[in-house]
Amino acid sequence: MLLSDTRYRSYTFQFIALLCLIAAVAFLARNLMNNLEAAGLNISYSFLNSASGYDINQRPIAYDSQSTHLRAAIVGILNTLIVAVLACVTATFLGVAAGVLRLSNNWIVARLMAIYVEAFRNIPVLIWILIIFSILTMSLPAPNAFRGDDATSSMLFRAFAFTNRGIYTPLPIMGPGGWLVAGVFVASLIGIWLFRKWATKKLFDEGRMIATFWPSVALFFIPALIAFFVLGMPITLDYPALKGFNFQGGLQIRGSLIALWLALSVYTGAFIAENVRAGIQAVSVGQSEAAASLGLRPRRIMNLVVLPQALRVIIPPLVSQYLNITKNSSLAIAVGYMDITGTLGGITLNQTGRAIECVLLLMAFYLVISLSISTVMNLYNNAIKLRER
Amino acid sequence: MSDTHAQSVAFMRDTMLPEAPPPESEAGVVRWIRSNLFSGWFNTILTITSLYCLYLFLAAVGPWLVNGVWDAADIRECREKLQGATGGCFAVIAERWPQMIFGFKYPSEIYWRPAVAFILLLVAIAPVLFSKVFPARMLYFSALYPFLAYYLIWGGTILIPVIALLGFAVGYFVYARQVYRSFAVGLFGGIAAAVATWFIGGFITAALPEFLALREVASRDIGGFMLNLILGTVCVSLSLPLGILLALGRQSEMPVVKGICVVFIEFIRGVPLITLLFVANVVLAYFLPPGTNFDLIVRVIIMITMFASAYIAEVIRGGLAALPKGQYEAANALGLDYPQAMRLIILPQALKISIPGIVNVAVGLFKDTTLVSIISMFDLVGMVRGPILSSSDWNGVYWELFGFAGLLFFVVCYGISQYSQWLERQLRTDHR
Repeated sequence: MLLSDTRYRSYTFQFIALLCLIAAVAFLARNLMNNLEAAGLNISYSFLNSASGYDINQRPIAYDSQSTHLRAAIVGILNTLIVAVLACVTATFLGVAAGVLRLSNNWIVARLMAIYVEAFRNIPVLIWILIIFSILTMSLPAPNAFRGDDATSSMLFRAFAFTNRGIYTPLPIMGPGGWLVAGVFVASLIGIWLFRKWATKKLFDEGRMIATFWPSVALFFIPALIAFFVLGMPITLDYPALKGFNFQGGLQIRGSLIALWLALSVYTGAFIAENVRAGIQAVSVGQSEAAASLGLRPRRIMNLVVLPQALRVIIPPLVSQYLNITKNSSLAIAVGYMDITGTLGGITLNQTGRAIECVLLLMAFYLVISLSISTVMNLYNNAIKLRER
Repeated sequence: MSDTHAQSVAFMRDTMLPEAPPPESEAGVVRWIRSNLFSGWFNTILTITSLYCLYLFLAAVGPWLVNGVWDAADIRECREKLQGATGGCFAVIAERWPQMIFGFKYPSEIYWRPAVAFILLLVAIAPVLFSKVFPARMLYFSALYPFLAYYLIWGGTILIPVIALLGFAVGYFVYARQVYRSFAVGLFGGIAAAVATWFIGGFITAALPEFLALREVASRDIGGFMLNLILGTVCVSLSLPLGILLALGRQSEMPVVKGICVVFIEFIRGVPLITLLFVANVVLAYFLPPGTNFDLIVRVIIMITMFASAYIAEVIRGGLAALPKGQYEAANALGLDYPQAMRLIILPQALKISIPGIVNVAVGLFKDTTLVSIISMFDLVGMVRGPILSSSDWNGVYWELFGFAGLLFFVVCYGISQYSQWLERQLRTDHR
């Protein structure tokens, strides 16, 4: 029999598996066809080009209710990316700080950080999002508290207003030449990077130490400031001001975005703290002792010996936490922040009834993000892999 | 001896001094405080900052807890009693806790049934968790428990869980008799026998719907923290065997089997759970034969199980990869075939390595069961956001409700993770 002959067994198994797979797919597809026919539906993506008919309150690009569903989905994608990137940055800072402080020999700080990590890791992120959202909407003043002579609230530096409808901040307006200043600034950032690289190379090749701190600071500020004043101050700030019942002008950051951002940051920060702690503890004590016996100072031991080895342990789980942030940002729908799940998977799905198409597109979007991040991750892992001789 | 030097040495002590205690500043509390809290300017700043933060936190939460009102009919009465003082309105928990635990549609006369099921869950799970303390015979009860829990929570005739149990028993009996021929014969024989039993049993249950029947409760009436617990335990237990299969498939050398498993795992891990719940809610029905109508809870269990099994598969794959190659070769050298080698040699060790990871997945999954509130199922979070906060009596009592919900989840999740750390220490067989 084919199953008992070791030469063909694996082929037989695979053939059976393939048959089962084809049968299952055919069964599902047949059901789909029958159900769609019975309901008088078809699979079509033309709804993406029709007018959406709903508004999105937080929109990074121009959008109104006459725009297409496709544009609504793009707004949703941008909103997802905005909150994910913001949360990744703050979660990293929070997590690194908490992870390092949890190893501190200061008893009370170590305990507080342990409490922070355990409290946030063991309570669902959805509950944290809802708690922070209700704090923001309940405890911040309404815009009309800023009104009149007997106002109960005032704006911070006359530029920032914290209200229960969100935070209003100044918005930079690019005049003619504004982009040139931004370009100069980016160019000087690249310049700083190149300069530091050159200094390291010099150190390794010739053994000459070149001070990098003050030149970097100078490069950071001076070219952009010169360009700014030479071009006649082309970038101005648009300040929010109270007009009517609400603030006008400036940049409004909705409470839902802030709640989601903060909740994802503190929740994921707790996980990152554990990764950082594990990474630092994974570097054996012998490494820092060896470095000390070579005569390195404590700060150099940290920078040159411990951190590079700890990063090798920290970065892979860190990136998977970034992926988790991106996926968890889909909980935006619970507080009404219009990310891709809220637009494409929420209102568009309900209005058009195109459930299969919408959910498929939604999954495809998240899959593309996940797979591209993990591809980059694999490349990085291969690059830093320990090369044993 | 001292005579010879009587002139040259003025004084020589010939008795030991009693031991003096260390200086006051180098011992006890003072030393501990100095070395742990104020050793250097940076640590001092950290200590003072954190003490200040702690003070702010306690100053805010302390009065809120102490002044809390536990007895009031609605939020207005609560505020009257507080008279402007800071204080929590815990009366909402006192009044609504049955709803938060059981959901708002579960008939209140039969709350005892899920309560008994929960207590029995503790009894059933104890011998699994602490196998050294409890006698092994209790495991029989653990095997019976799922059927008992179904009967208690959903009600209906006792014949349904009995027939289901009978099917498993017959299947296992056939498997145990046939497995000596080959694993495949035993497995498929067992499955066939079980399916035959269920098929025949279907006629019996249809004929006797009232036999020893408890009052029936529809799936959509189940809610509250009970729903979170049901989803969590059912999905984790179902996803374990599925995850093992997927992990073995991904390790396999057959490209087709491996390909199927890789695509499945990467697809599931690449999308958020909420999209899978959308599938359960609005899409899955399109892929089932016309006329079949699963409960939403069953559809959700299917999707969450798939989700969890992909993550568990990755954890177990890590465990399989961490085993030294010698174990596989030793199993081959003993002449074991693949199922035997896996069951007797590889999986016991690989699963032991994977326990912390599996527990992490389980805790994460249990927390993720709150997402079902987004597809309008009334789990604990759904109950709080929906019926309780939108009722006119308690509109505006956010802190107390979300705090209570968070506390329930914290107790369960923290307990599980502490257990897993304990188990890891127990299972450590090497000498350190």
